[in-house]
Amino acid sequence: MTTETPTLTAEQTEAFGREMDAIRERVLADRGERDADYIRGIVRIQRRLEVGGRSLMLFGFLPPAWLAGTTALSLSKILDNMEIGHNVMHGQYDWMRDPALGGRDFEWDTACPAEHWRHSHNYVHHTHTNILGKDRDIGYGILRMSEDQRWNPYYLGNPIYATLLALFFQWGVALHDLEVERLVEGQPELGRRRDLIKKIWRKGRRQAFKDYVLHPLLTGPSAPFTVAGNATANLARNVWSFMIIFCGHFPEGAHEFTEDETANETRGQWYFRQLLGSANLTGGRIFHVLSGNLSHQIEHHLFPDLPAHRYAEISAEVRAACERYGIPYNAGPLRKQFGSVVKKIVRLSLPTHSGREGDDEGVDRRPAKASGVAVATA
Amino acid sequence: MDHYLELLHPRATVQAVRGEVTDVRRPTPQSVTLTLRPTDTWRGFRAGQHVNLSVEIGGVRHTRSYSPASSEYVSDQIELTVTAHPEGTVSQDLRSQAREGMLVGLSQAEGDFLVPERRPERLLLVSGGSGITPVMAMLRTLCDEGHDGEVVFLHYARGAPETIYARELKRLAREHPNVRLVRAHTRPGGPEAELAGHFTRAHLTAAVGDHSDVETYVCGPSSLVDAVQAVWAEDGLEQHLHLERFTLPIASADPADAEGGRVLFSSSDVRLESDGRPLLEQAERAGLTPAYGCRMGICRTCTCRKVGGAVRDLRSGTVSSSGDEEIQPCVSVPVGEVIVDL
Repeated sequence: MTTETPTLTAEQTEAFGREMDAIRERVLADRGERDADYIRGIVRIQRRLEVGGRSLMLFGFLPPAWLAGTTALSLSKILDNMEIGHNVMHGQYDWMRDPALGGRDFEWDTACPAEHWRHSHNYVHHTHTNILGKDRDIGYGILRMSEDQRWNPYYLGNPIYATLLALFFQWGVALHDLEVERLVEGQPELGRRRDLIKKIWRKGRRQAFKDYVLHPLLTGPSAPFTVAGNATANLARNVWSFMIIFCGHFPEGAHEFTEDETANETRGQWYFRQLLGSANLTGGRIFHVLSGNLSHQIEHHLFPDLPAHRYAEISAEVRAACERYGIPYNAGPLRKQFGSVVKKIVRLSLPTHSGREGDDEGVDRRPAKASGVAVATA
Repeated sequence: MDHYLELLHPRATVQAVRGEVTDVRRPTPQSVTLTLRPTDTWRGFRAGQHVNLSVEIGGVRHTRSYSPASSEYVSDQIELTVTAHPEGTVSQDLRSQAREGMLVGLSQAEGDFLVPERRPERLLLVSGGSGITPVMAMLRTLCDEGHDGEVVFLHYARGAPETIYARELKRLAREHPNVRLVRAHTRPGGPEAELAGHFTRAHLTAAVGDHSDVETYVCGPSSLVDAVQAVWAEDGLEQHLHLERFTLPIASADPADAEGGRVLFSSSDVRLESDGRPLLEQAERAGLTPAYGCRMGICRTCTCRKVGGAVRDLRSGTVSSSGDEEIQPCVSVPVGEVIVDL
């Protein structure tokens, strides 16, 4: 990264961590009916959109019905995957003890089996956020998203791979846990993989059957229009979630870390890393809901298990704390943040130099880069 | 599927069992009697069994077991009488908030506290306080089917005002010559009671005489059940005694308690003295292999059910309630006695 890593003293880091803990405690103490009503309201809207969208496909041969149905179904899938699925699976609503909203059993309307997601996302990504070599969300194993990933000619296709990933994002996420790039690198642990593949195949087949066989047949003569509508809804959801998710950690200014500099982190340092590694999107209320409140990526990474609709109100406090400690708070509109992600994808398709010796080895910069957090550790 | 049917009608389900409150009465200062109309998915119950009732309070779903008090022969209704305990979140809420039209979650009936199909010649039904409900269901069922064997109903209450079903018991005893009502009041000086004080062998003799050929069903607080059990054990007649204890919630732990305490991992039946470390580590040291991820309270891979007892959250220092709830064992240490489903 080109940005300077800001530094905090050990005391400042821990004091900052305590402030974050205090925000968390305050929200936990206040959690209750309001949050239950909110998520149930969203679930109700999503179900109505799904039932409405799928019913409108009966008249899919009429262009306005097709358009309305496809839009409703796209919104249903976006809400199901983001504001509901992603957040429920974080355990944000476990305290309600409603089996329909329990993080451990939730299954969503996308190809990725929920069980795999809980591992690769809740554990791997949220614990090791932006640590190169540990956080597999950095480029999803197929893209070069960091200068510290060693360049090779394969990465000339970076923009093409990114486009394909955006279009087929649900399948990219589904295959995420397979660590395909390691297959390429020739480290097959076949037993474990076979099991994963079986589960992905089963879930993927069910999803495809539902959208491309069952529901089209249910709409009778409209079947071809239903297939097209469902495909469009999946595509819309794919591109939208790709954009939101890539804006979470890859815009200019979001930091990456090495395994060395993050070994034996304290709680304060962990908060600090989450903050530096994440970026927010600014926008209106509906935009935030449709992004699953991942537009508040910073707050989400600080407090992954607080109900996401609270992030907006928390963000003012987090931002104020950042100003006091001189920590940059990365936020911007979708246009700007996504623009900078696209630029990065293109830039990193070519061999890059950060002006430091040995950069192409992808190793030597680490101690230099570590200095920022090393001060905090001291 | 049920989630989509909900959009149409709250009682339209294919799997879930729910109940609509159709009548609410408050017979004594502490209790509330609810009549529920269950969904068609309800498979009925047998007198003496219990159901899990779920209600939502402050956005949180709470589940408790209650024994229907209604007759088996009334299949489209369930009658539950709930007694409010000073620390009972659910019972307090139902006592004050229950109203007609309210929807509650239900389970199918469970339990083997049952009178056999071939009804015994002599029956003694003993209950204390709110423990009256399952034996009330038995009495009503026996009366409905015209059972003519001897049935003695021995009920303990503090006094007449606290006696649930007082009037109906009197009526059933009057209408059915084979049914005899024996009331015992533990508070001295009340009228209308045949016996005074807590259960003794003398009470037993007064109620049924020789009890060697009597099948006995007891439900009530531990003190009553223990006292009855001791007499039957002395006489070597325990095979004729059937017990149902209702357990009051474990009292909330004092946060100032030392970190010590005992842990029971209930699924693997491992007991240990707490060493003050997170439950996940203690489970691992005991040879269990629970799932885990971040080990710092973020990912919830290790989330498991706490059946009872309190834990302290290492991040905030707050002590949990003592009820049944999900916890993150990687950041929870036991406070006092804790039962965890691992």
